[in-house]
Amino acid sequence: MAGATPTGWKRWVYSTNHKDIGIMYIWFAFFAGLIGFGMSGIIRMELAEPGIQFIPSVFGITEDQARHMFNVLTTGHGLIMVFFMVMPALIGGFGNYFVPLMIGAPDMAFPRMNNISFWLMPPSFILLLLSTFVEGQAGQPGFGGGWTAYAPLSTYGHTGPAMDFAIFSLHLAGASSIMGAINYITTIWNMRAPGMTLHKMPLFSWSVLITAVLLLLALPVLAGAITMLLTDRNFGTTFFDPAGGGDPILFQHLFWFFGHPEVYIMILPAFGIVSHIVSTFSKKSIFGYLGMAYAMAAIGFIGFIVWAHHMYTVGLSLNTKVYFVAATMVIAVPTGVKIFSWVATMWGGSITFKTPMLYAIAFILLFTVGGVTGVVLSNAGADVALHDTYYVVAHFHYVLSLGAVFAIFAGLYYWIGKMSGRQYPEWAGQLQFWVTFIGVNTIFFPQHFLGLQGMPRRYVDYPDAFTYWNQISSYGYLITLVGVIMFILVFAYTLFFAKKTVPDNQWGEGATTLEWTLSSPPPFHQFNELPDMSKSTGH
Amino acid sequence: MTPQSAVADTKNRRVGFIFAGVAFAMLGMAYAAVPLYEIFCRVTGYGGTPQRVELSSVDVIDRVIKVRFNAATHRDMPWDFRPEQTSQELKVGEQGLAYYEAYNPTDKPIVGRATYNVSPFKVGSYFSKIECFCFTEQRLEPGERVSMPVIYYIEPDIDQDAYMSDVVEITLSYTFFAVEEGDQSPPSTQSGR
Repeated sequence: MAGATPTGWKRWVYSTNHKDIGIMYIWFAFFAGLIGFGMSGIIRMELAEPGIQFIPSVFGITEDQARHMFNVLTTGHGLIMVFFMVMPALIGGFGNYFVPLMIGAPDMAFPRMNNISFWLMPPSFILLLLSTFVEGQAGQPGFGGGWTAYAPLSTYGHTGPAMDFAIFSLHLAGASSIMGAINYITTIWNMRAPGMTLHKMPLFSWSVLITAVLLLLALPVLAGAITMLLTDRNFGTTFFDPAGGGDPILFQHLFWFFGHPEVYIMILPAFGIVSHIVSTFSKKSIFGYLGMAYAMAAIGFIGFIVWAHHMYTVGLSLNTKVYFVAATMVIAVPTGVKIFSWVATMWGGSITFKTPMLYAIAFILLFTVGGVTGVVLSNAGADVALHDTYYVVAHFHYVLSLGAVFAIFAGLYYWIGKMSGRQYPEWAGQLQFWVTFIGVNTIFFPQHFLGLQGMPRRYVDYPDAFTYWNQISSYGYLITLVGVIMFILVFAYTLFFAKKTVPDNQWGEGATTLEWTLSSPPPFHQFNELPDMSKSTGH
Repeated sequence: MTPQSAVADTKNRRVGFIFAGVAFAMLGMAYAAVPLYEIFCRVTGYGGTPQRVELSSVDVIDRVIKVRFNAATHRDMPWDFRPEQTSQELKVGEQGLAYYEAYNPTDKPIVGRATYNVSPFKVGSYFSKIECFCFTEQRLEPGERVSMPVIYYIEPDIDQDAYMSDVVEITLSYTFFAVEEGDQSPPSTQSGR
């Protein structure tokens, strides 16, 4: 089989090639992302004005149905963006494509399991989409209980099968990610090129390794929690029902024991990508390499012991809150190490502001803004006032929508030449960056003000007093929409019209990792002769 | 397949199985959380879980604490349920006896189970119950009215705990749930939060 190059549909459906699977993940994330982005568009248009008018007029439904549909949309937007856009793009996409290249491996450790991991995603996504068409809450389609699916709203609050579809969807997505995680850990553990020690391994591989460990420890807990939901709903168990000796708060503990590491699962690979880009375009190796690697490990570890900071309002005892406040604030330390190391990498470097670098610098800036509001929210006292307000929405969109998503854009611009052999037009990339940058900030910055004024999240309507900043936020969405259309145009042009002229190393001396030693695009099978890294001092 | 790649395959398989085992262990941990959570609350008095004891306190000290009584029912529970006294003042260590009244206004028998806790939550480990209707399920025939006792005391150790020095009032709270036919799992405390 070695050297065989399958063609046609078999190349993709039967694929065991890490690069092909990575590309499929990126396309999957792209289409899922468009759907998730479209949902947020309906949300923003509805919230552009007080009152309930946009959804009823567009979909021809009553106000009451529109209320439920709005909740279904926020739920779907959250689940899609987390499980079907950010994770497949960063972990499945870039992880599959670049981890074996960077560590000098010919492929992943378990290529056929890799195929299963990917092909579980489309059925999972279809189940989630189907869930919005079957009955959820009495007489109304779809599950509207938020991506967190708190009991009892997800048990006897939504008696229809919509929630069951969502649970099965998450089961499949979870199984896919757990298999992916085992694959990454085994690959990085066993298949590094000779001389490629862990302490020489590129930071993106480090980030995927730590992410995979987090996935492996967190996702089974989610699987357990939603299976308990499933049996509570259908088979008469009472894990979360006090009438039978259960406790709905237990669901929140289990969910956030998964949910908090999950946010690091989404951001750690972004850290890895940004490190490579900052180093490449500053023409310097990364400042404090070991500190960067172990800061990620520290963030991953602490991420598991801070979950109840999502639950300050459930009636935790004072001592518990004291612990969770302190532990949560500690995360700012390794995160600060990373921020300062990126800045120190740029310091005195020979910086070129190409599109990936613009996105990476914007990532550092905006992630820091989201981190600062995170420290504000970590205070139990402040959180009681801000809990479930738009301040929280602004916070997590700054770290994820402007953080993780910017890293995806950065990675695409950085590696598209490597993956396709075709280069995007630089001016178009930069224009796309600025439009998107202005757009997303116009959406989310005003939401800080709305939250501080007390506007709660997950409501279809609001008092007139909140109109001003909501309108600006919705205008921001329209600017972002232009940015997304430009993104599609830039990449459509690049993939279908640009010439295949990209050299092995298009970014020059700053790009030192192994993928830049291969052709662009890399050969179907690489490293039949493993590269010897024992002489190399870089990482 | 070359012998070399066969060795690599075995190595990969071993690592793969180890980490698959880790994933299954975490799934097991999620289920283990259910009983562990309850034991944790019962042992530490976390979330205002009172202690269940057999014997009354030996010491009685001079500190007086007011105990207030609260009653609630789940929305699917048709019983009328209320405390027969709103509060009692008693010395720490002294044995208290309070009554709750429950009435089944429907024309069919209903089995109920009460969850309970005390607030402030921090006093859970110092609030001991010797006898309580909440330890077992209660069955009320159509139209039946019962008076149900609670025997309790406050541990004298509370006076040694500086963190408890501001406690002058404790609220004991019950919520009754209707138990469905065939659902016979053992009663439990409303566990911690």
